[in-house]
Amino acid sequence: MFAEFMIRAFLSGLGVAILTGVLGCFVIWRRMVYFGDALSHAAILGVVGAIALHVSAYFGVIALALILSVLLFTLTSRIQGADVILGVFAQTGLALGLIGASIWGRGLSIEAILFGDILAVGWHDIIFIWIGVAVILGIILWRWSNWITATLGDDLAASVGVNAKHESFYLAALLAIVVGLALKIVGALLITALLIIPAATARRFTSTPETMAVLSVGFGSAASAIGLWAAYVFDWPAGPSMVATAAVFFGISQWRSAV
Amino acid sequence: MTDLISLNSVTIGYDRKIVLRDVDLTVNRGEIITIVGPNGSGKTSMMRALIGALVPTTGSVSRSKSLSVGYVPQKLNIDYSFPITVRRFLSVPKRVKVEQISEAAALVGIHDILDQQIATLSGGQFQRALLARAIIDSPDLLLLDEPTQGLDQNGAARFYQLIAELKAELDCAIVLVSHDLHVVMSASDRVICLNGHICCEGTPSVVSSAPEYRALFGTGTQGALALYQHQHDHVHDETCSHDH
Repeated sequence: MFAEFMIRAFLSGLGVAILTGVLGCFVIWRRMVYFGDALSHAAILGVVGAIALHVSAYFGVIALALILSVLLFTLTSRIQGADVILGVFAQTGLALGLIGASIWGRGLSIEAILFGDILAVGWHDIIFIWIGVAVILGIILWRWSNWITATLGDDLAASVGVNAKHESFYLAALLAIVVGLALKIVGALLITALLIIPAATARRFTSTPETMAVLSVGFGSAASAIGLWAAYVFDWPAGPSMVATAAVFFGISQWRSAV
Repeated sequence: MTDLISLNSVTIGYDRKIVLRDVDLTVNRGEIITIVGPNGSGKTSMMRALIGALVPTTGSVSRSKSLSVGYVPQKLNIDYSFPITVRRFLSVPKRVKVEQISEAAALVGIHDILDQQIATLSGGQFQRALLARAIIDSPDLLLLDEPTQGLDQNGAARFYQLIAELKAELDCAIVLVSHDLHVVMSASDRVICLNGHICCEGTPSVVSSAPEYRALFGTGTQGALALYQHQHDHVHDETCSHDH
């Protein structure tokens, strides 16, 4: 039978897979892949900042990611595109985070930040993640119809009384929180993979946004469970095993549709 | 007639550049208004002010209470990464009844493509799917932004016929923006010729003979105009005012 740390790993991996599965669909539909990437890179600064301020790493990362979403929406203009602003913040956050780690980060494992440490999650992490799952899923269901409308076009949204700019901001803020929750589980470098690979796999088999979101959660959860099992059996690193499993699903889905 | 929506001395500018100056427009129940103008004449800005996507720099937009608007945009943001069937699209922004879907599908003739992906539709099918979504909740006002873009002449003519039929069926007002003057004018009650401001306005025949209109579009469209003009060859007493 699995050790208790594996049960904790499964529970936290499942929670993260549910959130990244649904939000990953929006990341693909709205071409926010680079946004997810930038958030996770800058999140390192959040971890270091939390250590410096003696607060929970989750709060550090989530606060930083929220600040980043606000800055992105206020600074993006016709002169400077979102990709430029994101690039500036992502790399600056990474650079400052590494400097901060050299000052405050005694005993801090940069590797754990980059690749996650799912086998080290405690019960308090799991409680935190699953509260996050419940709250965030609730918000997604509440905003779902507005987000689908806003995804189809700003003017279409305006004509039915939906402010697409506001909805984009809510979505980005939620994504920021999910990156913060997932950082400890899969690490900064691999979060984007859990956002886009299950959703891209699900696209092949679905014809409506709702079915794509559900199937994406399914692929994400399966990849996280099978990946963890493989990590346990073969003694592989956990986060990378989950991502590699998701990639295998993606590969099979592509092959199936090519035939 | 009752006013549905009106623009009151609306001026719209971006980055201190004014694209539309001092526009007054009142849309009454049951009329078809066509807005024509060359590129950069402020057509799209005017449409965006009507749907509420932008707030005028000066002036105001007043809507009648509980005005329901059906909007047909020029295009959607979607590509193949966003899975959505025509049937699901008709339930944007809110779920509609199955009967509403089959009714709208029958009206615009898309019942055979309800389960196709929006991204795979042809230009004409796509426009009709957009139209079906816009009319599904029986709006008081139907707004169409360049609805015939990407359609050939026959397709455009069919589309305008469809709109005229819909208007009879739904008893709504229609405002449509077009650069494609020759086909659209006949079905319109009023044509507004736009070039940064309202150049001239009146029935199709009044506008097409107005010197301001000819200065913008030339007289080359006269032949094509005759094709549909027979519906409107009775005499109107409107005159085309001009204020530069």
